[in-house]
Amino acid sequence: MALEDICGFQDTPLHRKCFPASHFEDTATSFDCYSAEFRGLKKSGRDSGIPLQFFIPSLPNSAPFNHRSTSHFSPSKHSVTVRRPFPLSHGTTTLGFIFQGGVIAAADTRASAGGLVACPAVHKITPIHSHLVVTSSGSGADCMLWERILAREIRLYQLRHRRCLSICGTAKLLSFMLHPFKGTDVCVALTLCGWDKEAGNTDSSFITDNSSSAGFSSQDVSAMAYPSSPNRGPKLIYVCSDGARLQGDVFSVGSGSPYAYGVLDGRLRWNLSKEEAVSLAREAVFRATHRDAYSGNNVDLFHITAQGWSRRKREELKEEYYRDMERRTKTVGERKRVTVLDALG
Amino acid sequence: MLSSQSYQDPGKMKDYHYSGPVEHRFSPYSFNGGTVLAVAGEDFAIVASDTRLSEGYSIHSRDSPKCYKLTDTTVIGCSGFHGDCLTLTKIIDARLKMYKHSNNKTMTSNAIAAMLSTILYGRRFFPYYVYNIIGGLDEHGKGAVYSFDPVGSYQRDTYKAGGSASAMLQPLLDNQIGFKNMEGVQHVPLTQERAVQLVKDVFISAAERDVYTGDALRLCIITKEGINEQTVPLRKD
Repeated sequence: MALEDICGFQDTPLHRKCFPASHFEDTATSFDCYSAEFRGLKKSGRDSGIPLQFFIPSLPNSAPFNHRSTSHFSPSKHSVTVRRPFPLSHGTTTLGFIFQGGVIAAADTRASAGGLVACPAVHKITPIHSHLVVTSSGSGADCMLWERILAREIRLYQLRHRRCLSICGTAKLLSFMLHPFKGTDVCVALTLCGWDKEAGNTDSSFITDNSSSAGFSSQDVSAMAYPSSPNRGPKLIYVCSDGARLQGDVFSVGSGSPYAYGVLDGRLRWNLSKEEAVSLAREAVFRATHRDAYSGNNVDLFHITAQGWSRRKREELKEEYYRDMERRTKTVGERKRVTVLDALG
Repeated sequence: MLSSQSYQDPGKMKDYHYSGPVEHRFSPYSFNGGTVLAVAGEDFAIVASDTRLSEGYSIHSRDSPKCYKLTDTTVIGCSGFHGDCLTLTKIIDARLKMYKHSNNKTMTSNAIAAMLSTILYGRRFFPYYVYNIIGGLDEHGKGAVYSFDPVGSYQRDTYKAGGSASAMLQPLLDNQIGFKNMEGVQHVPLTQERAVQLVKDVFISAAERDVYTGDALRLCIITKEGINEQTVPLRKD
């Protein structure tokens, strides 16, 4: 997908003849005029526009499309009135937090559609590139496709500009790509967890003051620890299809997030060791899956450092529940024994 | 044929009491029933579907299989709204031909799955009401099953049931093929004979308990030798 774009393959008339697939299934004339505009949009600004073409149903008693002066796609003008006869997958617990050893991202693996578990082993944490991982929450299909679109755009940026886009830049790009769909029922809540390797452009003066030689590379700078630099190091940004874009130190998203926040707020500190942080994240997801019906099955855990992301083996929570149950019966038994002893004097 | 059943949620009985004047909108969707199943083994894959096409209380056809052959190593099973199934398979066939003509090779199973995901998501705001399951052999010759939801979210699995009886069959497959929630059982890898027998038994059970499943079972067994089709009769009531 990305390589095709950068070779300019899609702009040739041959390609348009060969691949009208995204157009031919649409019979509504309104969409034809949109697609012509979109093609124009694509030629003028390759970085702008939505990289996927959508079919919007035209309704018999909707307003005529002559008044659509904006060339940009805005589905919120037509409210979605085609009622879907099936439920979409929703419901999750995902969390991410920053500590001294990097960023931890954890999620459960259940995808529920209505009351049914559509899939007990979904990947809710997806790597985008070597130093960025995104946790998804909301509608399963929306998250999966938007992650694909984001990965494609980031790869295109990397090929065109020969450097990785910063995490803040990625979040902004994603937020702007999602903006046209505000008001529709696209439901996407992603947490970008990553590590910025290079300094941002605005920081160049700051760097040159602190170096001895003139021709150094940005990699040398990031090797030295500059904890006060705002554009390097671990980053956690939450992007949502409603338009929210927030940077923070700890985020938990989904139906199980209140339970996860409770556990995290109790034990999260900056100077946790890696094992403690992993065990805290796991514990938070475990407690959330216990209390929330729409979360469950397994825990996925990713750890992002300056060297990149590393993935912990997916853990089945069934054994943990049984161990927890045993622990509880033991403490209850112990308590009973103690009270009996007390009663006897 | 528009029956009032089609305006409600599929499979649910309408309440027969007068609750005031109700405006019925035209629904572009209809539920035509049917169950699809796919199982992947070490060097084979099986895609099976029943052949009943129903709508509301009527049966339109007893011989309408829901497995469609895409390439020599891939079969897709589509259940849900029959109109969308037909259009979707036509679109996939056309895209496969275009890919073959411009890249001079047939699409692999995982490429077809990724393409279908984008086709389905392109209709995010007016979805194809189809539950798809792709079964086939991947580039290494191992069995692969890709299951989709109607808007394009997909996942590679070992086994999956979709359609009207999916909620009944999926737990049975979890237990028999995935050995889930069983203590002290040896995890034997699935042989082709056991898989075929299991699929037949599972559909017989589905036909017993689901009204939209029955009439006949069409099995497509995909191996490196090709696609072998079998038809097994089921309950016709």
